[in-house]
Amino acid sequence: MKVTVDRERCCSSGMCALTAPKLFDQDDEDGRVVLLIAEPPEELHAAARKAESFCPCQVITVSDD
Amino acid sequence: MTETLPSEITLSARGSCPFDPPPEVTEQAKARPITPIRFPDGHIGQLITNYTLARAVLADPRFSARQELRHIPIPNRLADGEMGPADPGMFIRMDPPQHTRYRRLLTGQFTVRHMNLLVPRIERITAEHLDAMAEQGPPADLVKAFALPIPSLVICELLGVPYSDREVFQQHTSTMLRLDSTSQEVYGAIGKVNEYLDGLVEAKKASPAEDLLSGLITGGELNQEELVTIGFLLLVAGHETTANMLGLGSFALLSNPAQLAALRADPTLVDGAVEELLRYLSIIQIGIQRTALEDVDLDGHHFKKGDGVLISVPAANRDPERFEHPEQLNITRPNTGHLAFGHGVHQCLGQQLARIEMRVGYRALFERFPDLRLAIPADEVPMRSDMAIYGVHRLPVMWEEVRQ
Repeated sequence: MKVTVDRERCCSSGMCALTAPKLFDQDDEDGRVVLLIAEPPEELHAAARKAESFCPCQVITVSDD
Repeated sequence: MTETLPSEITLSARGSCPFDPPPEVTEQAKARPITPIRFPDGHIGQLITNYTLARAVLADPRFSARQELRHIPIPNRLADGEMGPADPGMFIRMDPPQHTRYRRLLTGQFTVRHMNLLVPRIERITAEHLDAMAEQGPPADLVKAFALPIPSLVICELLGVPYSDREVFQQHTSTMLRLDSTSQEVYGAIGKVNEYLDGLVEAKKASPAEDLLSGLITGGELNQEELVTIGFLLLVAGHETTANMLGLGSFALLSNPAQLAALRADPTLVDGAVEELLRYLSIIQIGIQRTALEDVDLDGHHFKKGDGVLISVPAANRDPERFEHPEQLNITRPNTGHLAFGHGVHQCLGQQLARIEMRVGYRALFERFPDLRLAIPADEVPMRSDMAIYGVHRLPVMWEEVRQ
């Protein structure tokens, strides 16, 4: 699994950091997403998908490869 | 045909269960995902009651939040003429990039991490209010003792607004949110709060402190008018919404004894309980408004350029296609994402603060008063059907036992 984020369009809702804190953090400056693990281990796959679906600005993309 | 269109008046008229969306909205939602609706100015727009469509519209930049494009959904608020663009700083009525510029000045203050740091302080404020309530003895009005003062005090501390001045903004906020207030009354109330904040911002410029407003001032990005407007937004949004969730949520739990018992037996369920109460109660009862900037086809539905679109949050959050038995309050329901905080670039800035206030608040309340119950029959609780934000006006409660 590969996770990518688009920080330009991020609206800093914090939903990713709330839902999957092992994968995402927020910038202290303006709250924008900080991706912690781009290729998460299996046990974090469900959390990654959940964060992708919760993101209000659809800036998180999860792909399988 | 247009004679039979639902109008916005009915969007707040509740039926027999005070927690359910207005029956007319539920009826429309059952029949179709989207319904033509007549706005008070005569404009025929669209009412969205389907979860998937609501989410799609809120995420789509072709639907604008700009103030000058709005059709006011509340009959008494028909302005004398067309509304102009939003005042500088009123970013909830702007689109990107103007919206983005303002929002990014604030989002760093409302991160999950930043809000988590407030937990001990919010716990202390909550404990102090519950102490006072226990001291005074039963019965108590839970709105006055608990639901309103806690979020008010928290947002005041965060912004740097003296809590002793709360009468100024609490009273005027109430006028702004009353659905039967005239435009004149609403603008008068907004003017009073702005006048107060104008003085406060001036004072802070002279001697900045360690608070959010001072931070915005010393940041140097905003002028006086923008500072006042943003202070206004945060102050009003920061206390009324959570206050109503605390009051109405407590009523909902007291009215669903099995759910409350489950929460008392396992307080770690509180995070899920908060999300479920947000979904189930959806207090933004009139809905969220957008305007189509161009002709749009979305999920097989056509929107004409200029269409006013009203997204019914209560209906979308009860969509049976998305939520199994949506009419049931189920605090162990898997969280699949609700729209109580909206969706898209305007999703609630203060949502992580609201979550923490509710988690701390519900948990402490029901731990402290293990046999808390209503002091009047449930059908006599005065509901806020007359307000833009739903909730209870008062919630009289009783108890025997107090735990330390």
